[in-house]
Amino acid sequence: MQWRNTKSAYGVVGIALHWLVALTVVGMFALGLWMVELSYYDPWYRQAPAIHKAVGILLFLLVIGRLLWRWANPSPLVEGGRLERWTAHAVHRSLYALLFALMVSGYLISTADGSPIDVFGWFQVPAILSDLPNQEDVAGAIHMWLAWAVILLSAGHALAALKHHFINRDGTLRRMLRPGNDGSPRNEGEGS
Amino acid sequence: MITRKLSAALLAGAIAAPVTALPLIAQAAEYEFDIEGQHAFIEWRIQHLGYSWLYGRFNDFEGSFEYEDGQIEDASVEVTIDMASLDSNHAERDKHLREKDFFYVKEYPEATFKSTGIESTDDGFVINGDLTMRGVTKSIEIEAEKVGEGEDPWGGYRAGFHGTTTLTLKDFGIDYDLGPAATEAEVTLSVEGIRQ
Repeated sequence: MQWRNTKSAYGVVGIALHWLVALTVVGMFALGLWMVELSYYDPWYRQAPAIHKAVGILLFLLVIGRLLWRWANPSPLVEGGRLERWTAHAVHRSLYALLFALMVSGYLISTADGSPIDVFGWFQVPAILSDLPNQEDVAGAIHMWLAWAVILLSAGHALAALKHHFINRDGTLRRMLRPGNDGSPRNEGEGS
Repeated sequence: MITRKLSAALLAGAIAAPVTALPLIAQAAEYEFDIEGQHAFIEWRIQHLGYSWLYGRFNDFEGSFEYEDGQIEDASVEVTIDMASLDSNHAERDKHLREKDFFYVKEYPEATFKSTGIESTDDGFVINGDLTMRGVTKSIEIEAEKVGEGEDPWGGYRAGFHGTTTLTLKDFGIDYDLGPAATEAEVTLSVEGIRQ
């Protein structure tokens, strides 16, 4: 089992982190859209936001862990032309940046009155910044726009992976699915 | 006692006509709500599921009244509330209350109340007036009483009133289902004015 990344392939940890974050982000987006429409007498009216907040905190820790792992490992080289590689890096960085901004904005909604965020009763994250003017409203609007930005950018990221797979026929998507897979032999010796 | 005077120019609505027929009488004193020292409160409460009372307030508002002791029926009052300043001590709830389901403050940032007439009752008086909130103007009645008036220790003159009214949420376009016990909210205005 290949745990760590190499210059040409992802290890198990990198792949697991990628898909866990991807699933969580999509799930949180759906949960967020759904929960704000719940009526007061819906059994999920209280549960859904509590889950959304708790998962958000855990996701924050997960993305921190993912970044640390990324920095402690080589990153497999991006395939494609110069512009494509530049765009890919820009999208990856933007996704991380938007995701952090998204999570911080969500945190600022719930902690606007100084209340902590409870994570499934395991621990609480205290409020750091509260009582800014209309904090919960401003943070709420930002949270919604950032959520859409993250989802749209993720969709672009996914489409690009499919384009690599079906049009360029390179190993970009495959190596994010199988640990130690360094992609198609066609790309060997191509360099970066 | 202070001489009884009548407000000539500034009374609105039904009582305006007879009053303007007496042009020789001086105006009633004008008071502004004490916002700077914040001796003015607009609080509300609503039932939660029928099991308890939920309290909230509006933090930012202004208002004034015209009033002379003993002539309450000639008094008048105006209030303007910044609806975004609502505060129920829970950020997520406050956020929801400002949205379209409730006060829709982006579209209707202010609520105003203007008295149209005041009637004395056995235990105080009733202020009739128009409340404009969330785009709806409705005639309401506020049961009120004077708490007290007199000179303050800093060279001013103050008068304070306390009034309550009950509003039906649906009347103002709020039909979010909070349950049968929570279709009405009680609103309390407890204000002190400084004579100008």
